[in-house]
Amino acid sequence: MDIHEYQAKEIFRRAGIPVPPGEVAGTSAEVRQIAQKLGGAVVVKAQVHAGGRGRAGGVKLASSPAEAGSHAAKILGMRIKGLTVEKVLVTPAEDIVSEAYLGVLIDRANHAPLFIASRAGGIDIEEVARETPEKVRRLHVDPRYGLLPHQAYWIADFLYDDPSHIKQGARIVGQLWQAFREAGASMAEINPLIVTPRGEVKAIDAKVSIDDNELFRKPDITKYRDTSSEPPAEQQARDAGLSYVKLDGDVGCCVNGAGLAMATMDLVHHYGGEPANFLDIGGSSNPDKVVAALQIITSDPSVKVILFNIFGGITRCDDVANGIVEATGRIRIDIPIVIRLTGTNEQLALRILEDAGFTAYTSMDEVVKEAVELTRAA
Amino acid sequence: MSILIDERTRLVVQGITGRDGSFHAMQMMEYGTRVVAGVTPGKGGTTFAGPRDQRVPIFNSMYEAVLESGANTSVIYVPPAFAAAAIMEAADAGVELVVAITEGVPVLDMARVHAFMRDRGSRLVGPNCPGLISPGKCKVGILPGQIVAPGPVGVISRSGTLTYEAVYHLTNAQLGQTTCVGIGGDPLVGTSFVDCLEAFSHDPETRAIVIIGEIGGTDEQEAARFVKERIEVPVVGFVAGQTAPPGRRMGHAGAIISGGSGTAAEKIQAFEDAGIAVARRPAEIAQMIGAALRH
Repeated sequence: MDIHEYQAKEIFRRAGIPVPPGEVAGTSAEVRQIAQKLGGAVVVKAQVHAGGRGRAGGVKLASSPAEAGSHAAKILGMRIKGLTVEKVLVTPAEDIVSEAYLGVLIDRANHAPLFIASRAGGIDIEEVARETPEKVRRLHVDPRYGLLPHQAYWIADFLYDDPSHIKQGARIVGQLWQAFREAGASMAEINPLIVTPRGEVKAIDAKVSIDDNELFRKPDITKYRDTSSEPPAEQQARDAGLSYVKLDGDVGCCVNGAGLAMATMDLVHHYGGEPANFLDIGGSSNPDKVVAALQIITSDPSVKVILFNIFGGITRCDDVANGIVEATGRIRIDIPIVIRLTGTNEQLALRILEDAGFTAYTSMDEVVKEAVELTRAA
Repeated sequence: MSILIDERTRLVVQGITGRDGSFHAMQMMEYGTRVVAGVTPGKGGTTFAGPRDQRVPIFNSMYEAVLESGANTSVIYVPPAFAAAAIMEAADAGVELVVAITEGVPVLDMARVHAFMRDRGSRLVGPNCPGLISPGKCKVGILPGQIVAPGPVGVISRSGTLTYEAVYHLTNAQLGQTTCVGIGGDPLVGTSFVDCLEAFSHDPETRAIVIIGEIGGTDEQEAARFVKERIEVPVVGFVAGQTAPPGRRMGHAGAIISGGSGTAAEKIQAFEDAGIAVARRPAEIAQMIGAALRH
């Protein structure tokens, strides 16, 4: 789960990381008031789950409350990478002597959290790491012992020369580790971590991604979920316990299992069509889940055909077939449905579906070809 | 032969009285797996009723279960909040192989678990995986026993139903399997493709290998390097998620293209560069294995 910069900064503040003050607003009048209260120059920053906000024009410096208000009027409602900006963060403009990068994420290959630090802050760290690896310090944290004080110092010592900056930096490295753990993050980054003319080390940007598997035990973090930028169908899917991602095509896919669901999307593309979604209905034959899946798929107006691809393993195909028949009886569907079922008890399942008036397939290739064909006819 | 599990496997089921644990304990016993103990804290001293009047003793702790039953393998069907503790308990009790089926275990829990397992010298498969099956000998997990058959093909995969799809085609084409391993769809898994390839490389009966990958991480790229250097039998690969958009989690926690890395295209490229034949459609996997084995 991605969270906004202002939320990430709340997490940082709780861990003790020095973060400039700031408030969030949804209208330009509120922005003017906040700028007035903060005094001096401010930065107005789009709060949206996308990188490259600055380049998209979503981050603006304002020297007066009036200017802050007019920037906000332009930024609010702006679309960045397909997402509408609903809120902006107003925060004092900081004078910057130097900018560094500090981040921690899960390194899959080493099974451990990994700190990454660089004096080259404010820019794309992946590019820095690729082009000039000597400018990046990497440190794996042993999850049994956590981050040790000398390790934090070793990272800060790479970032700074001045003993006071190193000391502040080492404290922030430790606090970032604490924030990362307590939030159940998969990634936490400060970019840039600045030094001000008064010699203070501060985080002026914050980015945190939360491991979805942590949410059950992190109620404080779960409430950060912003559903305003999320398609309603994705919320509905989450509530129904389904995994759904909307895509741009017109073949609505309903599949059991994430790997098979991806392979089905790929096969639709292979035969010249485009999938409308990723949808994993899981291992159950529960008609309620099938109903929810059908409602979600059909709420997308670009869907022209519904494609079921079910592999019956432990779940028997005849149970799934009965689930589909019951579900399609409960809601009205005006577009064609094609169904493929293979695996345990498939013959029984095919009879159930054919008796209910469906054309059922056993080959994944054939049913996908048929679905793509139907989108052309529609 | 087979890898990781066979007729010598003595299995303890952690969470045997739960809905999933009891259902799959029954399925595994029906397949012929020797389920020698179950563990559910608070239910010690009772028994689990398996098929054909078999009774499986239930214990409160893994220590007791392993001591009393001589189990060497465990399978975990406990909720995500307790999964990390269950895995570590199994390793502490001395089992060699722990298979964690549970989906939704926090990644930071798993980071600790992996370090712990390395210290204890136990192997973990999973979490968020369908388990393993050595056809005709033993099944540990949730893979459907009726779609597999004994034979010469080793199968390793990050997915569940997509693996069943591939295996079903293999079995229908008279291409049975030595062992099928579902390594799991999480970002941190205990046993990697490379670990499985290494094990298959020591099994003379495995005469061809199928690797089913998906987007996210670099496990496929590492597998490709290993195949190039160490594997002599034909290998067929498949990668799911060519049409997946970047930055979105596709069901599995590990199936996400992040910062432009972990794409299907780069994995397919790595496979091809290593001489792995890449199937474009799931149905092609069995055809390509068949062709490779006829040569």
